[in-house]
Amino acid sequence: MQKIYTKIESIVGNVITVRAEGVRNNDLAEITTSRGKGYANVIKLDGDKVSLQVFQGAMGVSTGDSVRFLGVPMRVSFSDNLLGRVFDGAGKPRDNGPELTDNMIEIGGPSVNPARRILPNKMIRTGIPMIDVFNTLVESQKLPIFSVSGEPYNQLLARIAMQAEVDIIVLGGMGLKYDDYLFFKNTLESSGAMSRTIMFIHTASDPTVECTLVPDLSLAVAERFALQGKKVLVLLTDMTNFCDSLKETAITMEQVPSNRGYPGDLYSALASRYEKAVSFEGAGSVTILGVTTMPGDDVTHPVPDNTGYITEGQYYLRHGHIEPFGSLSRLKQNVNKDTRPDHRALMDGMIKLYSAYQDSLEKRSMGFMMSDWDEKLLKYGAAFESRMMDLSVNIPLEEALDEGWKILAECFEPNETGLRSDLIEQYWPK
Amino acid sequence: MATTASGRVTGVNGNMVNVRFSSQVIKNEVGYIHVGDTRLKSEIIRITDGIASLQVYEMTGGIAVGDEVEFTGEMLSVELGPGLLTQVFDGLQNPLPGLAEKCGFFLERGVYLDPLPDKEWDFTPTKNAGDTVIAGDSFGYVPEGIFRHEIMVPFTLQGEWRIKTIAEKGMHRSHETICVIEDGKGNERELSMIITQPVKVAIKGYADRVMPDEPMVTKIRIIDTFLPVAKGGTYCIPGPFGAGKTVLQHLTSRNADVDIVIIAACGERAGEVVEVLKEFPELSDPKTGKSLMERTIIICNTSSMPVAAREASVYTAVTMAEYYRNMGLDVLLLADSTSRWAQAMREMSGRLEEIPGDEAFPAYLESRIAEFYERAGKVRLRDGRTGSVTIGGTVSPAGGNFEEPVTQATLKVVGAFHGLSRERSDARKYPAIDPLDSWSKYSGIIDRNKVDEAYSYLRRGSEVGQMMKVVGEEGTSLDDYVIYQKGEFLDAVYLQQNSFDPVDSTVTVDRQRLVFSVLYDILTSTFSLEDKKDARLFFNELRQRFLDWNGTAETDERFSALEKDLKAFYQGRRK
Repeated sequence: MQKIYTKIESIVGNVITVRAEGVRNNDLAEITTSRGKGYANVIKLDGDKVSLQVFQGAMGVSTGDSVRFLGVPMRVSFSDNLLGRVFDGAGKPRDNGPELTDNMIEIGGPSVNPARRILPNKMIRTGIPMIDVFNTLVESQKLPIFSVSGEPYNQLLARIAMQAEVDIIVLGGMGLKYDDYLFFKNTLESSGAMSRTIMFIHTASDPTVECTLVPDLSLAVAERFALQGKKVLVLLTDMTNFCDSLKETAITMEQVPSNRGYPGDLYSALASRYEKAVSFEGAGSVTILGVTTMPGDDVTHPVPDNTGYITEGQYYLRHGHIEPFGSLSRLKQNVNKDTRPDHRALMDGMIKLYSAYQDSLEKRSMGFMMSDWDEKLLKYGAAFESRMMDLSVNIPLEEALDEGWKILAECFEPNETGLRSDLIEQYWPK
Repeated sequence: MATTASGRVTGVNGNMVNVRFSSQVIKNEVGYIHVGDTRLKSEIIRITDGIASLQVYEMTGGIAVGDEVEFTGEMLSVELGPGLLTQVFDGLQNPLPGLAEKCGFFLERGVYLDPLPDKEWDFTPTKNAGDTVIAGDSFGYVPEGIFRHEIMVPFTLQGEWRIKTIAEKGMHRSHETICVIEDGKGNERELSMIITQPVKVAIKGYADRVMPDEPMVTKIRIIDTFLPVAKGGTYCIPGPFGAGKTVLQHLTSRNADVDIVIIAACGERAGEVVEVLKEFPELSDPKTGKSLMERTIIICNTSSMPVAAREASVYTAVTMAEYYRNMGLDVLLLADSTSRWAQAMREMSGRLEEIPGDEAFPAYLESRIAEFYERAGKVRLRDGRTGSVTIGGTVSPAGGNFEEPVTQATLKVVGAFHGLSRERSDARKYPAIDPLDSWSKYSGIIDRNKVDEAYSYLRRGSEVGQMMKVVGEEGTSLDDYVIYQKGEFLDAVYLQQNSFDPVDSTVTVDRQRLVFSVLYDILTSTFSLEDKKDARLFFNELRQRFLDWNGTAETDERFSALEKDLKAFYQGRRK
């Protein structure tokens, strides 16, 4: 179908309408404007009226510009040539490299049959004690980092990307500041991880529509690599920008908003992306680590709220470290039983003591007397924060567990820790 | 319905497709949209000015204006018959393992498989040629696992029919005609073991509905004793994410003393369904000792599967529940989560450009929720036996705030409310049901008056606790402090339950009665305690002993010794 339509009837927001026949829902079209060629996809059909959202935005589009329907839905090239490359939200190169057009695959494909899913049981090591010890990341898990603007969430993501034991990293950036994009690029390049990384980057100054395509592009590519047996880690930052772009499109389309202006299908939209996290039996896996910034540090805001109902836990990044309370990896019990016999007990014991430390801290701030026990807890809390929680700590799980025992031994008598005697006998530093 | 209509697509908007049709169509009729070689199942949800609006149960990519649509003349239906148990279906009754065999890892659209395999069953007729039957009457049975699966006359038939021929006892395939009936006008109907039933029409075929009066035991103390659910009743579990809704549902699905459990995983994580799929075949049914899967049907329309099918999935599940109920069985339907179902309605309503109600939910949200929960109930069948459908639905309120439309509409129609609280789950108190906010209208396994009295300690204890936060321990009288300790004690030893402890995780009715009697005795006793420190130490010690007792199996020889010690300990301090 190569017919060219040159009569655009309406332009509202980023959505244009033309009269055309034989067009399929979700089909891609090429639009030629004074600013050059761009793409648009069909989002609504009503008789011969076809509504398309223009990826690069409808600014500067003339009613006389030409629209050519390509007869295929939005696709992305898939091959090993993607590795080390950077693309934008429309799938075009952003790194001056050649455009890739071989082996095009559809994006936003069907979901995995639950009957073919397997129980996740492999740990992903990150070298960050607050993750490895306390809230282990598991292959095929979907986990967001809940944070607020200003926190070093992108630094955290970059560190995980460099250190995680995975085959391929797909980074999906949505509404990134240009500095952040450069930060990711430089960090990955200098660490040598770039050769196993693919980036789909939408920066804050890019058109909104492209933002909504980033997760689908990233996940479609990740899924294909996983089917080839690769362990893929997908990093999505920041999903709140993605949701805001969906909101913008929905409002333009005059959809009835449900909660704070977000469309009623926000939950489904997020779920269809996050649920792409999966382990394929006999092949690889897709693990998703996202960033969700919480406007006003409010976890009941529709974006973090809907995300929490979908994902398998969350990491709270606050004051520069991963919070021990509130953070949760729902899948950790699938793996932490097989790491080391003291893993679970030490994890629970240290958190309980840290929680007691918080109480002592509160008591102290209210001017109450500090008992011996309080003093011990205060010492413990400080050690825990600097040697476990600090994001600069970078040690493998086993060392982190040993470090945990060391901290306990420096602060407490064995019977004060509430840990089982047989474990104390085996691991308490002598 | 001699002729079925056809039509052509005139518009596509999200998962809604408009179709101009020829001749006549029925509201809620199923139609198939032809896209290339695939046929996409959809349902008419509105007809305006000669245009039918269809919600499509699949992704709508690739549909073009002018595509052909074929209508079936039938409403969205499920197939009911032997072989439903142990199966895993999607919201439209597509068997998922079968789909996996056919299509591999992904759920390809437009593939519809036979929900019930054409297997041979050992049929025994219970009626003879010449007998008169009406809709819902049983005319024979086959054994399905441990159940006697009644073969019934379709529930949608009108009037009286006479059996013309009926098959002999022996092996018959489920799709084969085993009975021919005719009505007074000479119309004939061939019946097989399989009935096609529209999902949005409640199954009748019973004599009358009766009061749900028998408790459904879940082996969870806070539910059975304080917030009971009756067989044939309804309850809801609202809670913020991470409060343990799904865990609670899973435990209930394992332990509930019902015959059949239907799990409707509606718009939730696929991973959770996988847990059930992998664990249930390994676990044994506490009632029969057989694999838990043999009493289970799973309807699974997880969050990334098409939204419209999510809306259908709860109806599919409840229709199956009603079907087994009419065999005189007690069925429990667990829907997780009804909020996702409500959201599916909201999405559709938005596409239809209906005037939105609260939080953009459609105005008919309440009546739909009420309609759904009203399909629960205990019924007396025509032969005098009873059967029941119990519905337990989780609700996922936005922001964990119960003042939202779905929670409120649900609370209006259910008989028990088990509200989960973030505070309790953060404090690792399991189950995180808030004992003070929650309520139940059913009677449980223990005398209501005693339960209420125990409750009063909890309430007053919590009040004292609130007060103590302001005035400190110093400003609280010893009497108040003891009440506070009693409330905390009740919470720690009875309301909380250690789900990892093999003994404490499931508590039988007899044991609950015994433990409650001791607890009640402690709560209503007056102890001689010198001061608050003494009181604290006393209750700490008492709690420790009680928990040790809780963790000891009744078959353990130490059980009665621990009980005796515990009693001696507190009775010695009684005034």
